[in-house]
Amino acid sequence: MAVLFIAVSTVSVKTILSGLKPLIIIIVLTGLLNMFYTSGTVLVEFWIIKITREGIINAAYMVSRIIMLITATFMLTYTTSPLSLTDGLERLLSFLKRFKVPIHELSMMMSIALRFIPTLIEETGKIMNAQNARGADFDTGGLVKKAKAMIPLLVPLFISAFKRADELAVAMESRCYHGGEGRTRMRVLRMRAADWVVIALSIMLCVASWLLRGVTL
Amino acid sequence: MSVPILKTEGLTHVYSQGTPFETTAVENVDFQAERGEYLAVIGHTGSGKSTFIQHLNGLIRPTSGRVLFDGEDISKSKEKLRNIRFKVGMVFQYPEYQLFEETVYKDIAYGPGNMKLSKSEIDERVREAAAFTGLSEDLFEKSPFELSGGQKRRVAIAGIMAMRPEVLILDEPTAGLDPVGREDILANIRKYHDSMGSTIIMVSHSMEEVAKNAQRLVVMSGGHIVMDGSPAQVFEHGRELTEMGLDIPIAAQIAMKLRDMGLSVDKSVFTVKQLADSLVRMGRKDCD
Ligand SMILES: Nc1ncnc2c1ncn2[C@@H]1O[C@H](COP(=O)(O)OP(=O)(O)OP(=O)(O)O)[C@@H](O)[C@H]1O
Ligand SMILES: [Mg+2]
Repeated sequence: MAVLFIAVSTVSVKTILSGLKPLIIIIVLTGLLNMFYTSGTVLVEFWIIKITREGIINAAYMVSRIIMLITATFMLTYTTSPLSLTDGLERLLSFLKRFKVPIHELSMMMSIALRFIPTLIEETGKIMNAQNARGADFDTGGLVKKAKAMIPLLVPLFISAFKRADELAVAMESRCYHGGEGRTRMRVLRMRAADWVVIALSIMLCVASWLLRGVTL
Repeated sequence: MSVPILKTEGLTHVYSQGTPFETTAVENVDFQAERGEYLAVIGHTGSGKSTFIQHLNGLIRPTSGRVLFDGEDISKSKEKLRNIRFKVGMVFQYPEYQLFEETVYKDIAYGPGNMKLSKSEIDERVREAAAFTGLSEDLFEKSPFELSGGQKRRVAIAGIMAMRPEVLILDEPTAGLDPVGREDILANIRKYHDSMGSTIIMVSHSMEEVAKNAQRLVVMSGGHIVMDGSPAQVFEHGRELTEMGLDIPIAAQIAMKLRDMGLSVDKSVFTVKQLADSLVRMGRKDCD
């Protein structure tokens, strides 16, 4: 099933495998532990190691679960930019507008927050350097001392974040932004064949696992 | 000659090594600064100036090569590195974002406070630094965030001067200021240089500025030092500088044009006064 998903997306198998690479140790470890520590009918016995039938099945389950979990999240983030993700979320939740929930504003906040994460990280580095040059010491001493040492970092960071927010608000207003009412989109989200296939496959997967829930090998 | 106060040997810095974003910002730079010198580092955007100077007080570690202060490797121990930070003061580009204290006084005192000096010593240094940067003492109890941009810049520079660094490094200290503000800050730096006898290393984009202030110019391009000498020596290579995307002082430009027209204007002309003198001399010769 996962294979089919991958086929529909245009992400190459190689990129996905490289995404799994950092987690290979966890996957192997989970597999081995499940294999050795499940009791049941013994298949192979060797010194202190006992491999049981149930163990192998369990291990296969766990490993495939982890791999599926990772590929699914990986595929989502790889095929969908954070921007279209928030757009999509806005569409899906737009029914809440009827209950006066400001969905457009919330999703605008989310995309702005996402956009400014790298900027804030860069800013933190700059301020840290500047305070280091004045002899600030961020990494020695006890908890209280460390917390105090953060003040010269946090104050300028907050100030510049507020200033940036102010500037952004002015910039948006001067371009006549006034909330979501009647706004058209530059990129319109449209369902394509691939999207329908993924939805169909997902539904099939859910149904299949529900039907098979009691079955054991 | 005595030991240079700062020296780099084969200094190389590569950002994001081993990733597709690998950039060699500084490559194999051998540089030295003598005690009490006023030198300027110039180069176009992205030529590696900021990266280079941040090595000089150990904020960035070299990928390869060494930085020596007074003949000693600065990254020998953590203790040593912290001490170097006080001896080599660094004023960053747009330093106003480093202000954080409630009052101007406290902010200037932050650096000296980290040096574990006595209260009276700190007080003396804060007043001295404020005097150097032309900040009046009525501002001491104000919040640094109530000040104008130019005043904030002065507070930030005073915060470094108050540590009485032996080497003062400034990364484009006049960026974003009006002409009067620029002139003031440059005069402040000159005053500090003359009365403390410290070494000044200033990064700048403005050739007029460096022509007027620096005793020596270091030109960077593509992560290398491509020229190093007195302003007169460097501005002789007007055409190469222009090709590197750098401006040259207006007087040097005029001199270059006049030479192209066949007049024998001195090659080492780079200030308006020199240009005028040179033209007057030529005029005399013609009269003879
Ligand atoms: N933190 C960083 N991570 C990755 N690359 C960087 C980083 N900082 C600078 N660079 C790269 O290193 C090179 C030199 O940058 P540097 O900031 O030293 O230039 P500069 O001469 O100070 O430029 P400017 O005059 O614009 O300040 C540039 O190509 C830049 O893209
Ligand atoms: Mg720079």
